[in-house]
Amino acid sequence: MSLSLSATTEARWQKILDAYPEGRKRSAVIPMLIFAQDETGIITRELMEEIARRAEVEYLQVEEVVGFYSMLRKQPLGKYHVQVCTNISCMLAGGMELWQHACQSLHLGNKQTSKDGLISIEEVECMGACSWAPAIEVNYDFHHHVTPARFDEIIAEIKGKG
Amino acid sequence: MFNQPSPHEVKILTRRFGVENSFRIDVSLAHQGYEGLKKAIAMGADAVINEVKASALRGRGGAGFPTGMKWSFIPRTSPKPKYIVCNADESEPGTCKDRLLIQNDPHSLIEGIAIAGFTMNSNKGYIYVRGEYRYLISILETAIAEAYQHNFLGKNIQGTGWDFDLHVHSGAGAYECGEESALLNSLEGKRGTPRLKPPFPATHGLYQSPTLLNNVESFCAVTHIIRDGAAEFAKHGPEKSGGTRLMCISGHVQRPGVYELPLSTTLPFLINEVAGGLRPGRTLKAVQPGGSSSPILLPEECNVGLDFDSLAKAGTMAGSGGIVVLDDTADIVSYALRIIRFYQHESCGWCIPCREGTTWLKKILERLDRGEGSMKDVDLVGELAKNMFGRTFCALGDAAAWPTGSIVKKFRGEFETKLATYQAREISAELVTIG
Amino acid sequence: MATTTAPPSVINAKLNGQDIQTKPGTLLINLTKELGIEVPAFCYYEGFSLQAACRMCLVQVNNSPKLLPGCTTIVTEGMVIETESPLVVEARKSMLEFLLVNHPLDCPVCDKGGECELQDMVFKYGAGESRFVDIKHHEPERPFSPVVYYDPARCILCYRCVRVCDEGYGVNALGVVNRGVLSEIAPNLGDQLNCDECGACIDICPVGALTSHTYRYKTRPWEMKHVGTTCAHCSNGCKTTLGVRNDEIMRANNRDASGLNEEFLCIKGRFGFDFNHHAERLQSPLMRVDGELQPVSWSKALAAVASKFNAVKSAGGKFGVVGSNHTSNEENYYLQKFARQGLGTNHLDHARTGDVVTLVDALSGKNGKLAVMADLYQTKAALVIGSDLAQQHPLLAYELRRNFRHHQARVYAMTPGPVREDSYAVAKARVPFGEELAALESWREALAKEPELLILFGDSIKGDAVRRLVDFGESLGIPVKYVALVDYANSRGAIDMGLVPELLPGYAASGQPGMTLPEMLADPKLDVLWVVGADPLAGAKLAGKPFVVVQDLFLTATAAAADVVFPAASAYEKKGTVTNVTGELQRLNAAVKTMGTKPDLEILGLLGKEMGLDLGIWIADAVLEEIRRNVRGYNVTMPILASGGAALTSPVNGRVNVASRPELIRSAGDTLFTSGTLTKYSQVLNSVPERPGQLYKPV
Repeated sequence: MSLSLSATTEARWQKILDAYPEGRKRSAVIPMLIFAQDETGIITRELMEEIARRAEVEYLQVEEVVGFYSMLRKQPLGKYHVQVCTNISCMLAGGMELWQHACQSLHLGNKQTSKDGLISIEEVECMGACSWAPAIEVNYDFHHHVTPARFDEIIAEIKGKG
Repeated sequence: MFNQPSPHEVKILTRRFGVENSFRIDVSLAHQGYEGLKKAIAMGADAVINEVKASALRGRGGAGFPTGMKWSFIPRTSPKPKYIVCNADESEPGTCKDRLLIQNDPHSLIEGIAIAGFTMNSNKGYIYVRGEYRYLISILETAIAEAYQHNFLGKNIQGTGWDFDLHVHSGAGAYECGEESALLNSLEGKRGTPRLKPPFPATHGLYQSPTLLNNVESFCAVTHIIRDGAAEFAKHGPEKSGGTRLMCISGHVQRPGVYELPLSTTLPFLINEVAGGLRPGRTLKAVQPGGSSSPILLPEECNVGLDFDSLAKAGTMAGSGGIVVLDDTADIVSYALRIIRFYQHESCGWCIPCREGTTWLKKILERLDRGEGSMKDVDLVGELAKNMFGRTFCALGDAAAWPTGSIVKKFRGEFETKLATYQAREISAELVTIG
Repeated sequence: MATTTAPPSVINAKLNGQDIQTKPGTLLINLTKELGIEVPAFCYYEGFSLQAACRMCLVQVNNSPKLLPGCTTIVTEGMVIETESPLVVEARKSMLEFLLVNHPLDCPVCDKGGECELQDMVFKYGAGESRFVDIKHHEPERPFSPVVYYDPARCILCYRCVRVCDEGYGVNALGVVNRGVLSEIAPNLGDQLNCDECGACIDICPVGALTSHTYRYKTRPWEMKHVGTTCAHCSNGCKTTLGVRNDEIMRANNRDASGLNEEFLCIKGRFGFDFNHHAERLQSPLMRVDGELQPVSWSKALAAVASKFNAVKSAGGKFGVVGSNHTSNEENYYLQKFARQGLGTNHLDHARTGDVVTLVDALSGKNGKLAVMADLYQTKAALVIGSDLAQQHPLLAYELRRNFRHHQARVYAMTPGPVREDSYAVAKARVPFGEELAALESWREALAKEPELLILFGDSIKGDAVRRLVDFGESLGIPVKYVALVDYANSRGAIDMGLVPELLPGYAASGQPGMTLPEMLADPKLDVLWVVGADPLAGAKLAGKPFVVVQDLFLTATAAAADVVFPAASAYEKKGTVTNVTGELQRLNAAVKTMGTKPDLEILGLLGKEMGLDLGIWIADAVLEEIRRNVRGYNVTMPILASGGAALTSPVNGRVNVASRPELIRSAGDTLFTSGTLTKYSQVLNSVPERPGQLYKPV
């Protein structure tokens, strides 16, 4: 196998492959994709082929789901993917302004990545933080009640971590 | 990080919230954790179903179907495997309760699922967690491992001879997967498009086998219903909408938050007493009482109970329990556009009226939001919404059409004002150029 | 009140105010179709799974304001159905309006313009004006393969293509990618297809989203005349409708699903007509002058051959006559008559590809034992022995699969390697050629439990093995039918018409000695070798130096070695009949003409006339009449044939008192992407990446 993934991802794959009844490995395709993407940052053809082999499905069956689910991506994004919700609850709490602030302060557009590959931003749909809006998610970490000033702090923290 | 609780809350599902390390099994056990499961085992399956029926619990995911009745539809003696599936794909805009339940009390969810598993004679359950809630997967996996250690999951549970395995499955970003049959397709590794019904999941669900599918909050409610008895739960709501529900209030109120309230609570009480009312000097413009899919209510329509039937009678729905409040600062045109942008983005593409209808609506509303177009476009929005409503394959098309149609109908004046304001501005700009 | 009630045998309902009755379980859309009431639909396609995606077939039931899709609604007792109520009409109109949001209005250049279901529906049910004034989403068209092109902008996502490929053909090469308005159809390799290249997806597409590379942007449908005929390639006998413009075949399809193959065609039937227009088609008779083949006039060539034939005949010399698996029954009949009566020789043969003769003999005295095409779809159980059906007999494979899909047919596959039938067979076994009969014993018990059985066998079962197979089948104690698989479009007809020394037409023993094909080639004293539509010298040598006369489309190896070559018309250029593998007689209809060629029948007739023989007139219909009178089993019903149907030839049902020649029987082993000598001349067959294919290919 030419594709090499970390032991952690391999273990996650194995765990999820074992979670379904006999002959139902196809069920594991979507979790496998997202767990692998967490490591690789991008879904490549090679990865899809490997998942097709492991889950015992056709390549096309993997391809079919990759484009369907909005979190799965064939284009790389930043190491820190900053997702700004502008859906109704966040919008009423200043989410749109926060999104504009994100674009302007980082000089990035939707799904664009900073030149150093550190930060990318995306305007996303409701992430389930409506009562604590506006919210952002940096990778999988939620931040609630994010003001433009708080946003700048979060970005500074990210840049500090590198 | 989250909101402060309200003194008006009736804490049943959220009773362990605020207890230190409430997500741990030892803490849960110290607070009556898994007593419901033990009681269910002692009661037997038929009694459990009767108890759930008696609680008047209605599905907390959005449709509000009586949970006990749903449970009774499962062919428990079928030779096929029976599956329990928990819908933790919470993604209805305005809704953020399942996240809290899992984060604070994963064991009450696991217990509720185990009760269902025992009742349905099932040996396998899955919790379908939306991809964005990744941190909850770790919490659930840890809690599940603890439950295995204490023999609430696994082999020969509590000496009954009954085996039950529970797994966590991650979604990857698709609102449509909140629809039960689309969720099942997704759980099978396919595109999250809805299935033809009938057959229904109760008989032909996961892998075409009998499947019980409930929302996180519904399973959690079952835990407490079984432990404390149906009456104890049912008493908090009107006859046909039993118990409490986690109400997520957001938008233009002073104390937005998730509050567990009796279903007998009214909307004005929620806004004014629980959520602290509107900001000073502001007036109410509208409320979406059941997530982004629900038709909007004008202030004069807001004197209504928050139970399923009262809201249905008011021409809207209780939905997933997300109450979004708009005051007079809200631009209703932009709001309508934001709603339709969401549904356009999330339309799975399976059927024509939803796929093309949401796209078209988005284009018109974008134009209107820019102050372009005319009142004919506003009428067109209403007509297209009408043409979509009830004609799409699944409820997503309805969910897009219903609020949109209600907004253009109820707020026609706002559209008119916006267009007039923008177009007046443009004309004067032109005059300046000529001059 | 009765506690138990038998299920009702009839359902009473009201449709557009009329009382109607129908069978329980009838889909509403099928009911309307039966009654001749149109309920438009894109995604609904009879025989494939239900989608309810296009929402075109919404109808009003019991006056409910919530319309129901006709394609998934079962008609129930007392149902009141309206298909033309104002609400339904308005819903249809709005659905079409939604459809046209992103569908380009490029009908003037679209291949489908004129025969597009969307165009028809908008014309009939659509709005007169468009309210959509925004920019349409557009994606550029792209090739999926050398034959299939996809234009995502035109695609309305009815999923017909996905289903015909997966459910129909068992290939599963198409899927849906992306989400919402960006959803589109994608091929299995991501950007390219790896499939049967059958083009079924193109024909089934209701709009111009999937188009054929060989046809696209070449003509408009109304500029063509449409000629229904029988495919020139394999033995399955699919009807194919040729679209012809200016004596050129522009396309072949079967969109009216009128043949025994319904909507089925493979790459050969749909695209493989292109050999007809190959640049190397012979367009003039050739004669060897000074050692070189040179074009000569028809009269000169005919005179030369006639005088040679007469000279050899009067000198008592030796003729060897070789017929074809591709020429029509009329030509085969006339050829054997020419040889036997005209030339006085019984040295007559063709390349035999399956042992029909022994099967007919082994079944003598038994009725209803030879299966017809319809049996493939209806039989409750089938046993496939020694054939990669999906490759060699694609229609039979399709029908069997359809039978499984619709009636859960139980299929047993005994083959030397993996076959597509494995995926749904109840039992499969890998057995080398020649060992099948022994291996079959292990299935005896299971097979005997089936209510009936259809046995299909390839060329590994021949001679005595056929008798033993029949013995096995007849010992099961259940009704069994048989198909002896043969290779080409008229392989069955060649045997039926007696193109072998031992048999006269209709399986009557000739009682005359005669050389077989290998014996002719090996005879140093052969004076004349006359080859009509075959290529025996491809890979074989002549022992002697006979005068060689060849009738063919191309300069084959045999033609290149000939003294005189007559340019023959192809199957698509002549009238006549052919008999398929299951004994069904179908018409060939002349669709085009290649200048300089003549049908083989005409060449035979002219040659006979030039020789001064009286063999009867050489008009196909007249010869068919003679066949109907003289050939056992061929007294078919003319109206069926005349109306383009397949007329069943009746089984001979009598002993065939000849020595079986199993050593001469050999299938050429063509795949989906080869077609004997025609392979070389089909640009399409040579363009697809799957060529030449492989039988029993591991998945």
